[in-house]
Amino acid sequence: MGMTITEKILCEHADLKEVHPGELINARVDIALGNDITAPIAIAEFEKAGGGKVYDRDKVVLIPDHFVPNKDIASAGQCKVMREFAKEQIITHYYEVGEAGIEHAFLPEQGIVLPGDLVIGADSHTCTYGALGAFATGVGSTDLAAAMLTGELWFKVPRTMKILLYGNMQKWVSGKDLILYIIGMIGVDGARYRAMEFAGETVEKLGMAARLTIANMVIEAGAKNGIFIPDNVTREYVHGKGKRNYKFYTSDPDAEYAEVIEIDVGKIEPQVAFPHIPSNVRDVSQVGEVMIDQVVIGSCTNGRIEDLRIAAKILNGRKAAPYLRLIIVPATREIYKMALREGLMGIFIDANATISPPSCGACLGGHMGVLANGERAVATTNRNFVGRMGHSGSEVYLAGPAVAAASAVLGRIAAPDELAWGSGS
Amino acid sequence: MKHRGRVWKFGDHIDTDVIIPARYLTTTSPEILAAHCLEDADPTFAKKVKAGDIIVAGENFGCGSSREHAPIAIKTAGIACVIARSFARIFYRNAFNMGLSIYESEDLWDRISDGQKIEVDSGRGTIRIINSNADLMRIQPIPPFMQELINDGGLMKHLSKKRS
Repeated sequence: MGMTITEKILCEHADLKEVHPGELINARVDIALGNDITAPIAIAEFEKAGGGKVYDRDKVVLIPDHFVPNKDIASAGQCKVMREFAKEQIITHYYEVGEAGIEHAFLPEQGIVLPGDLVIGADSHTCTYGALGAFATGVGSTDLAAAMLTGELWFKVPRTMKILLYGNMQKWVSGKDLILYIIGMIGVDGARYRAMEFAGETVEKLGMAARLTIANMVIEAGAKNGIFIPDNVTREYVHGKGKRNYKFYTSDPDAEYAEVIEIDVGKIEPQVAFPHIPSNVRDVSQVGEVMIDQVVIGSCTNGRIEDLRIAAKILNGRKAAPYLRLIIVPATREIYKMALREGLMGIFIDANATISPPSCGACLGGHMGVLANGERAVATTNRNFVGRMGHSGSEVYLAGPAVAAASAVLGRIAAPDELAWGSGS
Repeated sequence: MKHRGRVWKFGDHIDTDVIIPARYLTTTSPEILAAHCLEDADPTFAKKVKAGDIIVAGENFGCGSSREHAPIAIKTAGIACVIARSFARIFYRNAFNMGLSIYESEDLWDRISDGQKIEVDSGRGTIRIINSNADLMRIQPIPPFMQELINDGGLMKHLSKKRS
């Protein structure tokens, strides 16, 4: 019996000949990641267990990105714990706020995670790196402590479900709309404990940004990991980035899948996930009149340059609606620089947007974009749980950058086609 | 192990943002986290909960963020165990790794009301509703490796034992 790409990566990292779904294995970890919220607990556990040196200072990655720039004295203290640990351990991949940005945008961009890697991160959106053909999964702080100590971790080999995408995407439809549609279809636990493998003719044409967005949100369907078979798009993306060897794995033709779901993407229009669960999706044409107070374009889901380009195309020459706050968060320093060079920042500023430094702050209701009671936001982020972006009486509507930008202009949830477009555009 | 306590009943997909909102993640103090446990689902919960009480929930308990602050808040609030129809994957790992007892039961949620008392016998794998004629219910057996983690007092102690 053949193996899926997920099974093969786990198998090789456990030095086994084969693995089967349901099997418990101990596997080597290539990258172990923590941030300013999760690393302090991991560091305390690491030290309680005897501490000493981390298993490999090149393989532990620590990124302060959630409450940075420090939002208050308490969060400054948490960042300090992590910084001092990074200094003491001479951690290679530790970056201050101005150097890096949002971890899940930064690591692939810098070639810190590579195809074929086994990555664990004390952050649920670690699954993002599956876009590169890596096995990447979110864990808790104690798991991170164990991996920092031993370089290994226990895993249960997941069953894989295959999502076959075919057809051509409609105008304004992006990776975000595809994954929101899929979550709406299978539910927030539709892939619980499973690997989600994306394949099909549409996937072959998807750029890396869309793949990263899709893999990023598999956790919102409960999945352990999301994964794409590496191909020429992957090869081009990682070319010149990685400082380590990497490996392309693929699924065997006779690999076993728990389920295969086929989706004609041609029938998918831009999607909006209504409060308070990411599976509560509607077609943008079915939204009705939902007035909004804030729009956030950014995050590990949709803060890449491709997302900002879409937003800029819509915001060019237009302004945010009165009384609406438009917040744009380039996800990394590199993205920020590219947006500046390409003139996107000028477009955003002229549209009355405020530009946030790279940070997770707004997405999780931490800082720089917190909602008051009764307020509504359209966000290109990944979760719309009760209180996610602020007061428990606020509401978050998830969408892609096109719908978010159009909504900012009109002050209500809107499709880009509702704006007046000149004949040339 | 036996747990006996009052039930706090919650629905499906109780996410970790609701268990402990991000606005409190500027601290790792278990006591402060516990004081805000489940605040956005039931603002009175943290004040009223007593040591030994039990959370009963539906599907996919603990979905969302990987924050271990969630099981820490629940445990420190005094909750003896969480019984759900199912758990989200990261929460499931975290609970065993840091020593919060959790059990899966298909039947309990439908048969229990908020405020009732139950007795959980993890050795026998049974749940009994106190002062009721209802039949004993089964909890799903805990996989042997997870049981080993519990017996050793969590993942780090398990590793220390293996390394020594």
